Amino acid sequence: MADVIASPGLTTTGQPAPRKNYLNAEKGIWSWMTTVDHKRIGVMYLASVMAAFGLGGFFALVVRLYLLTPGHELMKGLMDSESYNRAFTMHGAVMVFLFIIPSVPAALGNFVLPLMLGAKDVAFPRLNLASYYLYVTGAIMAVIVLVQGAVDTGWTFYTPYSTTTSGPVTWMTMAAFVLGFSSIFTGINFIATVHKLRAPGMGWFDMPLFVWGIYATAIIQVLATPVLGITLVLLAIERSFQIGIFDSRIGGDPVLFQHFFWFYSHPAVYIMILPGMAIISEIIPTFSRKVIFGYRSIAFSSLAIALISFIVWGHHMFVSGQSQLATVVFSFITFLVAIPSGIKVFNWVATMWRGNISLETPMLYAISFLLLFTIGGLTGIFLGALATDVHLTDTYFVVAHFHYVMMGGTVIAFIGGLHYWWPKMTGRMYNEKLGAIACALIFIGFNVTFMSQFFLGSLGMPRRYANYLQQFQPLHAFSTFGSWILAAGFLLILGYLWASLRSGPLAPDNPWGGTTLEWKTQSPPITFNFEDQPIVTEGPYDYRPGKASV
Amino acid sequence: MSTTIVDLSGHTSDHEEHPHNPHHQHHFKTMQQQNDTVKIGMWLFLATEVLLFGGLFVGFAMMQARYPDAFFAAHHHLDKNLGFLNTVVLLVSSFTMVMAVHYSSKGAKEKGKVVALLLLTIVCACIFLGVKYFEYEHKIHEGLLPGKFYSHHGDTVPNQFVFFSFYFMMTGLHGFHILVGIGLLLWITIRANRGEFSSAYNTPVDLVGLYWHLVDLIWIYLFPLLYLIQ
Amino acid sequence: MSWFRDIMLPAQGSEYSKQVDDLYMFLVWLSVFFFVLIGGLIIYSVVKWKYKPGVVTPHITDHVGLELTWSVLPLIICIGIFFWGLNGYMQYSVAPGDSLEIQVSGRKWSWAFEYPDGTRSLNEAHIPSHRNVKFVITSEDVLHDFFVPTMRVKHDAIPNRYVSVWFNATVEGEHMVTCAEYCGKDHSKMQAKLIIESDEKYKKWLETGGDEWKNYPPEVWGKMQWEAKGCNSCHTLDGSKNQGPTWKGIWGKTEKFVDGGSAVVDENYITESIYQPQAHIVQGYEPVMPTFQGLVKKNDLNGLIALIKSLK
Repeated sequence: MADVIASPGLTTTGQPAPRKNYLNAEKGIWSWMTTVDHKRIGVMYLASVMAAFGLGGFFALVVRLYLLTPGHELMKGLMDSESYNRAFTMHGAVMVFLFIIPSVPAALGNFVLPLMLGAKDVAFPRLNLASYYLYVTGAIMAVIVLVQGAVDTGWTFYTPYSTTTSGPVTWMTMAAFVLGFSSIFTGINFIATVHKLRAPGMGWFDMPLFVWGIYATAIIQVLATPVLGITLVLLAIERSFQIGIFDSRIGGDPVLFQHFFWFYSHPAVYIMILPGMAIISEIIPTFSRKVIFGYRSIAFSSLAIALISFIVWGHHMFVSGQSQLATVVFSFITFLVAIPSGIKVFNWVATMWRGNISLETPMLYAISFLLLFTIGGLTGIFLGALATDVHLTDTYFVVAHFHYVMMGGTVIAFIGGLHYWWPKMTGRMYNEKLGAIACALIFIGFNVTFMSQFFLGSLGMPRRYANYLQQFQPLHAFSTFGSWILAAGFLLILGYLWASLRSGPLAPDNPWGGTTLEWKTQSPPITFNFEDQPIVTEGPYDYRPGKASV
Repeated sequence: MSTTIVDLSGHTSDHEEHPHNPHHQHHFKTMQQQNDTVKIGMWLFLATEVLLFGGLFVGFAMMQARYPDAFFAAHHHLDKNLGFLNTVVLLVSSFTMVMAVHYSSKGAKEKGKVVALLLLTIVCACIFLGVKYFEYEHKIHEGLLPGKFYSHHGDTVPNQFVFFSFYFMMTGLHGFHILVGIGLLLWITIRANRGEFSSAYNTPVDLVGLYWHLVDLIWIYLFPLLYLIQ
Repeated sequence: MSWFRDIMLPAQGSEYSKQVDDLYMFLVWLSVFFFVLIGGLIIYSVVKWKYKPGVVTPHITDHVGLELTWSVLPLIICIGIFFWGLNGYMQYSVAPGDSLEIQVSGRKWSWAFEYPDGTRSLNEAHIPSHRNVKFVITSEDVLHDFFVPTMRVKHDAIPNRYVSVWFNATVEGEHMVTCAEYCGKDHSKMQAKLIIESDEKYKKWLETGGDEWKNYPPEVWGKMQWEAKGCNSCHTLDGSKNQGPTWKGIWGKTEKFVDGGSAVVDENYITESIYQPQAHIVQGYEPVMPTFQGLVKKNDLNGLIALIKSLK
């Protein structure tokens, strides 16, 4: 790649490089708060979602600690089943709305997507900043909910419980409403950017697969989120005015609420996982030094997942009282959505096959992703099949399944992506050895925490239980120990990334030998990304000798 | 990815080649690209609006299926004539809007027509809201209110409050969009009066036009749905 | 491999649960197979093609045959699993016409059962074995879920709607109903016992409410009923305040009613309070107690009276 860009002062370790870049272009807090630079907005999003992850993680640890023993000896007097209910609700709501939905698209995507397209910025920079401020507003509203004593509805807000329980439920739904519009703005921005701001010469099939994944995600964000918005408004109005749509006491239909809710929230599952898959599609070719296998099938499978995701919502409702015919049809379509996900996994493995594989931290996370996501996907089959779902739904099996997909999938991919683009974002390297140790801690801790929950669920332990039978105690204790290992792993990451910011060795422009455009500008990039407009002549991931990369 | 660098060098030479439009944002290479991109963004936004209202339409349909008699009885309380009047008013406003968009691309010589047409559109919007005000006042007077505030006496069919819940939510959300529309129309009227629009740049008028047509279109669906139940 | 099944799944209470378990175990082995396959390929690749500087990797962009294989093969397997699951679901959702129908009502936070002859019970249901039993489920407040792990059946309990699950229990003994749809504070305590027993025992129980009471002194039996029938959610035994009057020291006391009357607490007053609780409301309390007619049988009533007498 060195022949492509003449970067002044390619860095060597420890040597200060006061090159002009987006971080030092302007100084002061005000320059950040009013910025329209997608990179700065991405960094602000990154800091915010990581804070949200910390908050959600705190609730997760509290929940696990409470469940250590059925008698709750450790937390006697500190917590009871009512505060437990609030804790798991806040864990879910914070993780879903404040962390995982914006995590990859709004934080990493904002930073990387225009760079990968060779663009100077996203299509609508001011809309981008507006999206961030909506996110902050939603986050503040969520914090107000916390201060007011939190809500105990579960993040799913099922009626009529949510319309009758006390607490600031209306505030919480409005927070999610505002966050939804933040997500819509990001989605609109990315779709327009991908359509219109690709570098000269970059056709649709020359785009990196990360862009395809984010593009498919953006479609869902735009088309599904408004329905969540109106659903939450209806719920809030039902609560205050009793309009008679969802609350059975006044003739409403609680099952209708579930249809409305899952019509958004199932596609939202793919808002969460598609960007994770998108990151993996970048990391694996880079560290295997080999062209991605099946580019088009990975790209099309992202779109297929996005489209099918709109017609499988009923699989959350097999025992909720929807019609039996609907249940059968939703089960069948659910199996169809399994296929494109499977195709992706096989493609990634085939990309590694006969590669030249090194195991830097991002690759360790990518491999963790493959293993954990495979488990998450396979256990999804148990829940898609009707007879087994009837037994397993609403148990810990479901909890374990979606954590394998959401955390083992998306969160692992997010952290992998964070390490992958960290040198680009900050201009610093981190400690590789600590990176590997943290990844191992997280991988082990994750499996200890959640593998036990598959057993709990199969044995008939329902979810959202503050108390449980003595016979489940060993598995619960095991799960709680795992949560501590996980926490240690995340704290370690926080520590060495902080150290990297303070005193990490300066990063070269292309530390991993990546082939996509973001590696062809300096680290960190300048304000408008590229000194010269890149012109693309070939597709991504070409590692043949004599080609521009490697 | 193989790339070659051609000296399009950034932001300076690009601008020297073409006459610089003050509305041209730096991250777009050409005005054409900028306009196309903005159009895509607007259409996506309109899609989210359709889905937002779509949720209400689906909810209405589900509740109508649940209480067909109540919905039929309740719709007699609405004034078809006023509803029809408002439909005509909005159709006229769509026409004036189309003409305003048309003339806004003709440059300075048609400035007067653009401003006049936009003002006409605003007048129509205000008439619409005025009629809506009288309708609402009548409903409030009769106690035909949403949810727990419903206090109409002498109903023979129960559960009519559900209909009025949807009536107020749907027309209320629509009315809010009309209000926002009036604000947007005022903004582009002022800009048109300053002579900011030309054949090269009339995007704001175009976008507000798209928005206005969508708001009209939603009313075209709302009118028969609420006022003309069979 | 039945030991493996036993650590994964609860005991099997019916023939149906065995069928569900067959599918479950098939899926477990299928998952193990694919996980080992994918994990094995990854580890093999990482070890075999460990990074060496200067190595050039082959430029393989796709392979139609391979990609078709791993698209079509999983699709076929998935469709097969769909039909397997559908088969079980059809059995689950259609109860045989000759089923014994038991009404179940979920409320915060207990399960109430009502039998065809009007017998009612709370948090404990006696079910004849080897007979098709259909539970017609509804809810009195929020969503609940009637989940019987040993029978592998569950269904949400929905207010204003009636849904059903059924099973034909083959294993006698104590089974559990547990609420599987989040319903608030005591969601996790919303459990009921299902006593699966022979037809004779079941019929006897219907008549008498069982004869377990004979094993206990009356006041002990009364205290057990205080818990089992849910009296404890409103009436305390230690004098502390709750939704209903405490029972401590109530015996022989004169209670004043909201309508101005009064009565001495004795056998007759207690009997009336349990079977017709709305007849007289004690001052300072809300008229919220439901009738326990059919729920508290004669022996239970005697026990409760003995308990109240004993709480000086």
